[in-house]
Amino acid sequence: MAGINENGSGYRRRGFLTCMVWAGTGVLWTVSGGVPRSALLGSAAQAAEKPTGDLTFMQISDSHIGFAHPPNMDTPGTLREAIAAVSRRKGTASLMIHTGDVSHLSRPEQFDTAEQIIRGARLDTHYVPGEHDVLVDNGKPFFARFAKGAKAGGWYSFDQQGVHFIGLNNVMNLKAGGLGFLGNEQLEWLEGDLQARSASQPIVVFAHVPLWTVYAEWGWGTDDGARALAYLKRFGSVTVLNGHIHQIMQKVEGHVAFHTARSTAFPQPAPGTAPSPGPIKNVPPGQLRSLLGVTSVARVRTRSPLAIVDTMLSA
Amino acid sequence: MLPSLRKSGPSHRLGRLVIAGVLLGAGNFLPRAANAAEASISIDNFTFTPAQLTVAAGTKVTWTNHDDIPHLVVDAKDPQAMKSPPLDTGDRWAFAFAKPGTYAYFCALHPHMQGTVIVR
Repeated sequence: MAGINENGSGYRRRGFLTCMVWAGTGVLWTVSGGVPRSALLGSAAQAAEKPTGDLTFMQISDSHIGFAHPPNMDTPGTLREAIAAVSRRKGTASLMIHTGDVSHLSRPEQFDTAEQIIRGARLDTHYVPGEHDVLVDNGKPFFARFAKGAKAGGWYSFDQQGVHFIGLNNVMNLKAGGLGFLGNEQLEWLEGDLQARSASQPIVVFAHVPLWTVYAEWGWGTDDGARALAYLKRFGSVTVLNGHIHQIMQKVEGHVAFHTARSTAFPQPAPGTAPSPGPIKNVPPGQLRSLLGVTSVARVRTRSPLAIVDTMLSA
Repeated sequence: MLPSLRKSGPSHRLGRLVIAGVLLGAGNFLPRAANAAEASISIDNFTFTPAQLTVAAGTKVTWTNHDDIPHLVVDAKDPQAMKSPPLDTGDRWAFAFAKPGTYAYFCALHPHMQGTVIVR
C-alpha cells in the first residue's frame, strides 16, 4: 500500500471516504484516487489523516437479535456493547446505517429489542433489510418499522452534507441457486436516481448482501449487482457498504471502494475455510468481542493540487 | 413378503421378479410404518440430505433443521406451492406430496442450498 504523505499534499482527489474499523485495534482506511491506504488508530499516520469537519457516520450490521447459540448466547448484550462503542467514538457523526439482519427470525419482539438498544446511540439510523428480517409477510413488519420513507420495495435515497446515500434491498425474491437479488424495478429506480447527479458528488450505497461476488458457493454476492455498479461507474467517489458475511472484506475497483462490516452478534468463517458459512462456534473464551465490531466512516476533503506531470521535451 | 407363485413358465418368473423389484424399491425409500408413507430430510451444514429423494405419491416428507441457523423450504418454481415457516434449530416441518412429479426446492434464506423430491 502507498505510504501516507504527512503534510497532506500529493495527487489526491476531493471527497474520499475513510473507514475506521473498530474491533480491539482500530484501523483507519483512506481511499485516495481509488488506492486504499491503512493506518493504525492512534498512530502518527492516522493523525495526519484526521477528518476536517466533513461528514462522518457509523455503520453496524448483523445484530441477529434472537440468535442464542455458541459462540454468543446474548446478542442483545453484544449489540448494547456495540452501541456503547458507537456512542464513545461517534464524535460529530451525523447518522448511522444498519446493513441488515437486525433480527434473527423477523419476530416483532426481536425488532423491538433491537430498535430500543439502537436508539441508545442517539443517532439518526437508516436500515436496509437482511434475509433474516423479511421472513414474514414479505418483509412488511420490517419495512413498516425501519424503512417508513422507502419505496414499496424497501429502497430509498437521501442526501447528507453533500453525500448521496442509497439504501438497497437485495434479499428478496431470491431464486434457487442464486445469490442476492436487486430486480429490474429497483435497478431502474437506481438508474433514475443517479441520472441527474454530478459525477463529483460522493455516493454511499449500502445493502445487506455484498454487491460484488465475494464467494458464490456460499451465496456471498448479488446476481445483478454488476448492473448497479455500471450505473455508479461515472462517479468520482463511490463507497459500497455491505454486511451479511460477518467479517471485513475490502476491495477497490477504480473509484469504487467496497467494504463489508463485522457483525455485532457472531463471526463467520473466511470463504472456503469451513464446510458452511454458519457461525464460528469454537471461539476461544474472551475472544468473541475481538471478532465483532462497528465501522466509522468519514469524508475527507483534502487540498487538491493540480496533478503536474513533467515530461522532458526530448522524451 | 413375496406372493407365492407357481414356479413354472417364464412369464410367471418375470412377474415374480417385477413384484420383487417393486417391493425392494419401495423398501429402500420408505420406512416400514404401519401408517401412511413417511420420509425425512435432514438439514446439516447448509445442506439438504439426501439432496435427491424419491418417494411414492402421498408420502409425507419431514425436514428437520440441525443447523444453528434457520432455514426455509420453498418450492423453486412456485413459492406459493410449498413454503415452510422459518425453521430454527431443531424445528421440523412436513409436507405431503400428493401428485407425482419432480419438485425442486431451495432454502429462501440461503438460495445456494437446493434439493429435489421426486414423487412417483
